[in-house]
Formats: sequence, C-alpha cells, structure tokens
Amino acid sequence: MELPELHQIAEKERASQKPIRLRICVAAGCQSSGSLAVKKKLEDTVKEAGLSDKVQVVGVGCLKMCSQGPLVQADPTQTLYAKVDETQAAGLVGAVNGGHCHCATVDPNDPFLAHQFSIVLENSGLIDPERIESYIAAEGYEGLYHVLREKTPTEIVETVIKSGLRGRGGAGYPTGLKWALVAKMQSPRKFVVCNADEGDPGAFMDRSVLESDPHRILEGMAIAGYAIGATQGYIYVRGEYPLAIKRLQGAIRQAKRLGMLGGHIFESPFDFNIDLRIGAGAFVCGEETALMASIEGRRGQPRPRPPFPAESGLWGQPTLINNVETFANIPTLIRKGADWFSAIGTEKSKGTKVFALAGKITNTGLIEVPMGTTLRRIVEEMGGGVENGGTVKAVQTGGPSGGCIPADKLDTPVDYESLAAIGSIMGSGGMIVMDQSTNMVDVARFFMEFCMDESCGKCAPCRAGTVQMYRLLSKIREGRGTQQDIDMLNGLCDLLRNTSLCGLGQTAPNPTLSTLRYFRHEYEQLLTDSTVNGQLPKHPANTT
Amino acid sequence: MDHIRLATVWLGGCSGCHMSFLDLDEFLIDLAMKVEVVYSPIADIKTFPENVDVTLVEGAVANDEHLHQLALIRRNSRIVIAFGDCAVTGNVPSMRNPLGSALPVLNRSYKEIADINPQIPSNDGIVPTLLDQVRPIHDIIKVDMFLPGCPPSAARIRAAVEQLLAGQATGLSGSDLRFG
Amino acid sequence: MAVKTLTIDDQLISAREEQTVLEAAREAGISIPTLCELHGLGDIGACRLCLVEVTGIAKLQPACTTRVAEGMVVVTNSQRLQNYRRMIVELLFAERNHICAVCVANGHCELQDLGLAVGMDHVRYEYLSPQCQVDLSHERFGVDHNRCVLCMRCVRACDEIEGAHTWDVMGRGTASRVITDLKQPWGESQSCTSCGKCVLACPTGAIFRRGSTVSEMERDRWQLDFIVTAREKKQWII
Repeated sequence: MELPELHQIAEKERASQKPIRLRICVAAGCQSSGSLAVKKKLEDTVKEAGLSDKVQVVGVGCLKMCSQGPLVQADPTQTLYAKVDETQAAGLVGAVNGGHCHCATVDPNDPFLAHQFSIVLENSGLIDPERIESYIAAEGYEGLYHVLREKTPTEIVETVIKSGLRGRGGAGYPTGLKWALVAKMQSPRKFVVCNADEGDPGAFMDRSVLESDPHRILEGMAIAGYAIGATQGYIYVRGEYPLAIKRLQGAIRQAKRLGMLGGHIFESPFDFNIDLRIGAGAFVCGEETALMASIEGRRGQPRPRPPFPAESGLWGQPTLINNVETFANIPTLIRKGADWFSAIGTEKSKGTKVFALAGKITNTGLIEVPMGTTLRRIVEEMGGGVENGGTVKAVQTGGPSGGCIPADKLDTPVDYESLAAIGSIMGSGGMIVMDQSTNMVDVARFFMEFCMDESCGKCAPCRAGTVQMYRLLSKIREGRGTQQDIDMLNGLCDLLRNTSLCGLGQTAPNPTLSTLRYFRHEYEQLLTDSTVNGQLPKHPANTT
Repeated sequence: MDHIRLATVWLGGCSGCHMSFLDLDEFLIDLAMKVEVVYSPIADIKTFPENVDVTLVEGAVANDEHLHQLALIRRNSRIVIAFGDCAVTGNVPSMRNPLGSALPVLNRSYKEIADINPQIPSNDGIVPTLLDQVRPIHDIIKVDMFLPGCPPSAARIRAAVEQLLAGQATGLSGSDLRFG
Repeated sequence: MAVKTLTIDDQLISAREEQTVLEAAREAGISIPTLCELHGLGDIGACRLCLVEVTGIAKLQPACTTRVAEGMVVVTNSQRLQNYRRMIVELLFAERNHICAVCVANGHCELQDLGLAVGMDHVRYEYLSPQCQVDLSHERFGVDHNRCVLCMRCVRACDEIEGAHTWDVMGRGTASRVITDLKQPWGESQSCTSCGKCVLACPTGAIFRRGSTVSEMERDRWQLDFIVTAREKKQWII
C-alpha cells in the first residue's frame, strides 16, 4: 500500500460520517453500566425517526469519566451526556437534532476534562476501536509508513532516545536506551513483546487503551520491530480482559488484511507479525522474565537477571519488552517528533501519564496529564476530591508495589523521581484515593494478602516471607500485636526488598513500609503490651 | 558463694530431656556443689518457688496449665532456658497442629480407639484443657537461652550449664545447635 | 581459556571466565551457604541463601548464577548477609512441618546443616503448620511434603539428568507443591523411570527410600555428579 491509498481510506471514512454523530462509549467501563443497550436503543430511535441520513450512532472507546457512564458525546456540538439510560434515547436524539432534552451533561470546562492532555488517549472516545478505517482516518499508520519508507532503524531509535520517553510499566527505564540495546544485539531472530498483563488492583489504564484504540499498540510495536530488527511480536494480555482480547484479535486481522502487518509492510522489505498470548491470571506474569516463560509455554516464574531480555529473552533471543502505554506513545511521538514530545512534562520525566482514578473519589475514571502535574490537581481538582464531601487521607499509587502518600504530600508532582522520593512509585498508573474512614493497617494488610496470594513460590523470601508479614499485619490489626511484631515486620520488609528474586517480592513491602512511615501511630494505637498473649481456648469436650 | 537456685520444669514433652540431664553422670556431683535444685519433676516440691536463678523448661506449650506455669516461671526466674526441641520448636507434640485443633487427637485417643467407656476426659480445674495449637515456649514468654536437641546430649547440656556457671550465657553455637 | 582475577572476602582469586562466583569461591575454600544449588543441575537462584555483595552493584547477587568478572570485589559473609541468611532459613523451617527428631534425614539433612551454619538456635517466626500429604504410592520411594523446601532439585534432576521430567511444581506461593506427572500418585506415574535421582538430589527428608527410618537416609550425592561428569567430560571418575 502506498500513501495515497492510505489517504484514500481516510478520506472515504471521513466522507461516510454523518453531520451529526453520537459517540457512545463501548469500552468495558460503560458496558458494565449498560451502554450496549443504550447504543441499540439510540440506533433504533434514529432509524424510527427517519434520521439515518443525518444522525449516526458510533461505538467508541473510553470517554474517561467512568463514574458518569454510560457516556455519549455528540458531534459537532461536543456535548457530553452522562448516565444516559435507554429511556433517554428519544430525547437525546431529539436534542442533537435541534430539540431539547433533560439528559445530564458534563460541563466541558470541568477540571476533569479541562486539565487532560492526550497523547496515549488521543483517539480514545473519538474513533471506533473495531474499525481500522476509523484509526486510519485519525492519521493512524501514517507514522509507520514514513518510518518504513523514509527512516533507518537507527534514526527511529535515536528519535525515541531523544524524546526522553521512559517505560510506563512502572520502573521508568529509558525506552530508547532499551531499544538501542536490543537493536545492537547481533541475532537473526529478535522479538517484540507488549506487556498487557495489567494486574494491579484498581488499575485499568492499559485495558482502556486496548479496548479504545488497539491499532495504536500494533503500530507502536511494528515501529519498534523495525527499529530493533524483529519480525515477530507478541502481546501478552491477561485472560481477564475478554473485550480487549476480542478487539486486539479483530485489529490484528484487519491490519493483516490491509497489509499493515505481515510481509512487506507498505511495500517495504520489512515483515512483522503479531500474535496474542493470553495470560491465565498470575500477577507475577507481569514480571518480564515470568512473562516470557509463560509465552514459551512454561510455568510463569521469574528467573534471575542478568541475562536481561535484551540479551537473552524469548527462546534465548534478544527481546524487547515494553508496556502497553509505552507502545501507545510511539505512533504519536514518531508522527510529531522527539522535540514536540520532550517539551511536555518535566526535566527527567517527559510526556504524559495515564492514571486510573479509583477509590473514594468523586470522579472515578481515566485521566491523562503531563508529567509533573501535582497529585493535588489530579485528586482534588480533576478527581473532585473525596465523594460526599469527605477529606483525603492518603493516595495509593503503584498498586501492591507502590506506597501510600499522605494528604500533606499532595503537592508532590507526579514524576518518577518525586514519587520515589516520598516512598511510593509511579507504577503503571493505578491511583486509589482513601478517605478518613480508611484504616491504614488494613490497607497494608490488603496489599500484603495480594502479594502473598500472587507470590509464585519460587524464591524462599517472597514465598515464605509474605505469608509471615500478612500474619503479623493481621495480628496487629486484630489488636494482638506488640512492638516486637512491628520490629519483626520491619525486618521482613528489609529482607524481602533486598533478597527476593523478582520485583514482586522486592516491592511487596512498599505499602507496609510507606504506611509505617506516614501512619505509624495507627499501628501503635492497635498494639497490646501483654506478654502472655495465649488465649485460653474452650475445652474441646465442652464444645462437642 | 551462694548456691545457684536451679529449677527444671516438665511441660508437654516426654521427659527425655530430663533423662538426658541425668546422663551428666559424675558432673552431677560437681553440679550439686554449686547449685540447689529448688523445683523439679524429680524432686518433690509442689509449688514453683520465688527467686529462681535458672529454670530449664522441657516440653512444648500444649495446654492451659502450661500457660499459667510459664507466666509464673518467667515472673520468678532470672534466666529461662528452652530445654530440648519441644520447648524450642514444638517438636513432636506440635505434629497435631496441622489438624487445626485438639479435638481430632482427643477423639482418636479417647473415643475411636477406646476399649471401654469412650469419652473425652473433662473436669474443669483438674484436667487441663488442650490448646488448639501446640507452641514453643518463646511464643509465650521471653526465653534467654535455647538448648535444642531431641534430647540434647549430656555433653550439650553440660556446655550450656558451664556457660551459666561461668556467668556468661552467650548461647550455644556450631553443632550444639542441631535440632533433632 | 580466559582467566579472571577477582577478590572474594579480601582474598585475591583467579577463576576461569565461565565460572560462577560460587564455583570460584569454593575452589578457594570459601564456603557460601546454598540450598537449591546442586552440582550437575542448572542453577535457578531461588533459595537466595548464596546472595553476596558485589561492589558497584546495588542489589545483592546470587553467587550461583553470577559469573566472575575481572576486578570484581565480592563479600560473602557480612553481618547483613548473615542476618538475611538466618531469616531465610528460619522462614523455611516455619513454612512446613520440619520435625527433625522423627525425620529419615535427621543428621544427613542440608536444611538442618544450614540451621547450624547460620547459627539458628530457634525460629522467631510463627510456624505455619500446613496440612501436607505423604505419597507412598511408589513401590520404592516416598514423598513427604511436610519436609519439602521447594528447592526444585528433584524437578531439575529428573528433567536435566534423567530426561523424564516426571517432577514439576503446581500451585503458587506457600501452596506450591512438587508433583509427579499431572499430580498423579507417584506410583501411577507413566513417565517415572524409578531411577531414584530425585532421591539423591533431595536436600531434606522429603523424597526418601521407603523402609528408611529415623536418621537412616544417607544419600550418595556423588552419583549425580558422576553421571554429569561422565556425560559432559567423558570422564568416569569416582
């Protein structure tokens, strides 16, 4: 395919659009509040009213304000209707056609929307995720065309390095550097892997991207494949994301049909294929070496690094592993250039970050903000603060590997270094807001239970240590703990952090450590000073 | 020099550690010159005395009486030694712990395999109640020294006792720490 | 053959470039505690007992999987490492039901030896006392999960040396169990050749010869080494 053909597809797609479009979210969030039934009703209403020439109902990806779903946005007015139910369909269709309705709308100046800056989510809520033409109409695959036809792999790697993009999976390793490492390896066979095993409790950024804009990931991976010299890609997506899997499968099929994947992409010598691998529900498979073991069909357990995947990854070959959001940045970064990208964000953290706002917050949903935005802006302005007028006690970032940030640190900007400095991590983007009713020992115990259940069992400290930490936290929570138990807990935190084999165990202590650091009094309030803590049980004979 | 006031206690164990203590043979005579045995299952003393210098505790914590005894022992002893694997780890008595409670063991012993009159012994205040989980003594009270082994050999007991006589209870090391 | 010079515990050592820190240290007479490592089997760095400090690397490195490098400075026995090792051994003792007094491997057990090596006089952690099965379905061998430390030596010996891959691991976390075939009783395993290499490899009394009683399970571990040396170097050395 040549560029004019690509433009032709885009033109045709744009021409087919009706003057008035009702974009309704069909990502998992709004589907769970009934958006598919609303969509059907809207379509029927349009047909019955004889407006089919004028009004079009389109299923799109995430419209971000998940707590207000099902969401419908109308073109060209851009009015965003909230909590639309089936009974409102007629009114809504009337309204966009010059009438009036009583549907709730979201103020376009609402800080939740106004402070967003979209790169990763630029197409989310605008395009139909199930049609490649819709992506192409949004300049999709143009970046890949220019890359394959006009750039050398080295130029691409240099662009990514120059952009300052860092891994969005949580650790923040410079993406370009990783690409350069794999590109340098001499091997006839290399692989690109997209880590879509998003497993943090409360995190749904990657799911939304996959459901809203799957072609973006394919394009990003193909560009990466060209840059490092790989011909095969794998997307490792968790089995708990059936909609994302379905859309990815559809996207791969469409891309192959149009020649954006497969042999001689855009008439270039570059071949690239992508296959899906479905995870079976182990959190540890988000760890890159465990993920690769799982792709190879082995038990999903990590192994010591080095060797790093860049040297010896899938089947011993050099392998590039990036997270969904990292790949999602690539098409736009390539299209708009490194300078454009690096102008966004802070000195060391460039670009934007997507966060999934959850917990006791008014506006649950998806936001994308420039790096360096303060937590306060995210939580209080965009998130609308705690629901029902409560006050924020803490914000948890980074899931079971992250930490709890107390309310007095809300002025911290979100970037890799600042969050690490206060004992948390950027993580993949889960952000859970807690109000004053939350007991922080409970929070620590919750995350420790998660890590205990998800520990793969390979290395002794994580396997046998998380369970002891969970028991100590339970003991303290139930009012049976002593100062000695806190000391023992601290000792185990230190052990796991320094001796565990993989990131799961090394970071499992973080929620405990950060709550001990900022909310120690909540632990101390629960302590008992009793030395004899054995309780006298009932005589078994009395209970039979 | 005053005699060291020594006590030995027998909780949930087989008394093998006490037997091993008797294996000290002629060292017992040396010991007798320096210590006064103020409480022991092999001496006829009914209540645990006050102001004990050293108490050797054999056996795991298996019933409610052991809990009360340990509280008293800790209160009245300067140095408490976990004497043998049962006291140090729970050992054989703790092998019922995976069953979850004492009931399966009681049922098995007193009902299922009883020849006559199957019933679980019960007499409040007289028959101690078994705990659901058997525990090492350091789970209940602070322990100053650990003397593992099943039983600890006489030589190992002597090594520990000599440390105490020298007034330097630094703890055992090397192969003297072997469980089992 | 390229030679690397490195320092281990203030001792200047030369090693072949393909050697690991553990091998180099052993040749120099420096002992580092290990559990999952067994000569002749692939190293997996799972037990974390052989972690050492390497100057210039922030994270502790497993000596069994870390290759020697020129100018490397290694500390194998700092106070910090000693503390960690004792904690790990205690965690292992607390995890399953290790009752040395009634174990076939009493006196011939690597876990028991590790207790001595790390100076463990008691276990500070709560005993988990899990319910574990004993599989006596095989006519010659038995497996007692109460004593398993999940070192995966049996898995590797069976896969890498015997080539049968009868053993593997199921479950996760503390619920992990070594299994034969797809969790069939060992005696019904179709792939097991009854070669007994897993028995030789097991560091504790978890896999044992039937009929052994307390303290009787001595193992001729050199037999595994013999097979591997014979196969890889064509040398039949006892």
